[in-house]
Amino acid sequence: MSVVARRVANALVLFWLVVTLIFVLIRMAPGDPAEFLVPPTATAGDAARLRTDLGLDRPLVIQYARWAGAVVRGNLGESFASRQPVSRLLLDAAPVSVALGGISLLLTFLIGVPLGMFQAARRGRALDHLTTVLTTAVYAAPTFWIALALVAVFTYGAATLGLPQALRLPAFGIRTPGGVLHGWAGFLDLVRHAVLPVVTLAAVGAAGIARYSRSAVADVLHEGWVGTARAKGARPSRVYGRHVLRNITPQLVVLGALSLPGLVAGSVFVESVFAWPGLGKAMLVAIQARDYPVVMGATVFYAAVVIFANFAADVALPLLDPRRMAKPA
Amino acid sequence: MRRILAADRVTSGAVVMLLLILGAAALVPMLSRQDPLAIGDVLALRLIPPFSRDAGGTWHLLGTDRFGRDLFVRMMLAARVSLALGVGGSLIAAAIGTIAGALAAWRGGITDRITMAFADSLLAIPRLVLLLVCAALWQPGLLTVLVVLGATGWMGVARIVRGEVLGVRARPFVEAAQALGVSHWQVLWRHVLPNAVGPAIVATTLGVGNAILLESGLSFLGLGIQPPRPSWGNMIAGGRDLIVSAPWVALAPGVALIVTVLAVTLIGDRLRDSLAGQHAPFARQLGERS
Repeated sequence: MSVVARRVANALVLFWLVVTLIFVLIRMAPGDPAEFLVPPTATAGDAARLRTDLGLDRPLVIQYARWAGAVVRGNLGESFASRQPVSRLLLDAAPVSVALGGISLLLTFLIGVPLGMFQAARRGRALDHLTTVLTTAVYAAPTFWIALALVAVFTYGAATLGLPQALRLPAFGIRTPGGVLHGWAGFLDLVRHAVLPVVTLAAVGAAGIARYSRSAVADVLHEGWVGTARAKGARPSRVYGRHVLRNITPQLVVLGALSLPGLVAGSVFVESVFAWPGLGKAMLVAIQARDYPVVMGATVFYAAVVIFANFAADVALPLLDPRRMAKPA
Repeated sequence: MRRILAADRVTSGAVVMLLLILGAAALVPMLSRQDPLAIGDVLALRLIPPFSRDAGGTWHLLGTDRFGRDLFVRMMLAARVSLALGVGGSLIAAAIGTIAGALAAWRGGITDRITMAFADSLLAIPRLVLLLVCAALWQPGLLTVLVVLGATGWMGVARIVRGEVLGVRARPFVEAAQALGVSHWQVLWRHVLPNAVGPAIVATTLGVGNAILLESGLSFLGLGIQPPRPSWGNMIAGGRDLIVSAPWVALAPGVALIVTVLAVTLIGDRLRDSLAGQHAPFARQLGERS
């Protein structure tokens, strides 16, 4: 079996384990979902009928088999609350989250990696200590606090400081409500709404990546080839931009996959604070309403993304680092 | 220890900050004349800005919240909850992780495969999502948060301990102990584990900051500590809709949280760096935010 095929098999087994785990977790919880769903005036008969409708009166094994079978076919069930298919709810919400997360992840690396290199190049000096404390502070700050602080600065602060209208960034939603902006104006409106959420996520992410790249770069700076490159007269931009970057790329790829759970967590808070209609928001609403199919569906979706990212990183590694080709692990 | 602190101003600053917060968390709610949970004359006392006196002449360092309660006193009361949960949750996670990782490596075979498969599948779900699901399924509150933090945080420690135990097991002194007739579990407990826990301690220290952040996140979303008991997260949530008119109500508790997590993380980083020489491959795995 080739290495890739084995990794595919591993990823699929892991996915199946996660699906099982989520099912067990939800069924372990106390309380009966049917009781949350019927109105307070309903009779015991109503609840029983609902339980039959939802298949909650069947043996656990059957429920599990039905659910697992449906998940494999891409059917995540039907929302208790809205009676819509869960997959449709998630697909409607996904573009917002994917765009938000994708742009933030890109910025995270574009800012974090050079910052980490800058710190590593000045390791042990005052500027390094200062930026390390700064990045650690941002890393230590809860995402929702940063989001609220930005809102305070750009609404309250912008008004008291008398900033021009262009800098008074909108803090809620993805579009101006009731607006009929189209084309260029509509796009600009969307961008203005996106600035604060993206900055929040990118700042938290970049701080983490900078912390990591600082130590990764510092580790390779001792290597002989760095000295060789310098001795050849290569400028620092070439030493860092080509030689060092090339050598830490495999680690950055792994880190990119590892940073996805943090990005998901961040997006849940950002979507909550900025009222963005994404997956995180959908999941929070479902949790508050005890809409189990949506909660389970969203969890399965997140897990699938994480598993796929790890799989992709695993497959990409030997391509980026020929040294790993020799001994497939 | 003293030599390390003298040589490293950042770490000693972090230790001092942490001690200050611990001291204030212990003393301020005890010495304050105001009850941080009682609601008094709301109209006269609410939303007093920081560094000012109320009509009765009482000085409020950070002002008051929407119910006229002193923010600073509440923040320090919240510090007790957040620190206790952060440390407690990480210690539970460390205990579970150490046992699971050590057993997996020591027993090997099917035990190892089941344990690690379980850990891997838990790791595939973002920890916040896992926490949200658990917190939503059970009654929100102190105990739930503590248990859930422990139950969702052990996998990293388990992997590290497993790797360390596998490494230590191959060393000659383990064989020597076995040859001397020391029992199987005694070897693990007395000879292998003490040589394997270093990276686990670092991971646990770094995990404290993470646990504090996660607790605050849960409480912010209304799924953690419930008001009127203050936690940093639910205090920030309480000031959320005042962010435009009275931003200090939401922002001040966050500053306390950031300083605490910053201090813990800097101390954890220092511990990791001092271990890095001996445990380079594992030191690298530590400290991922989950």
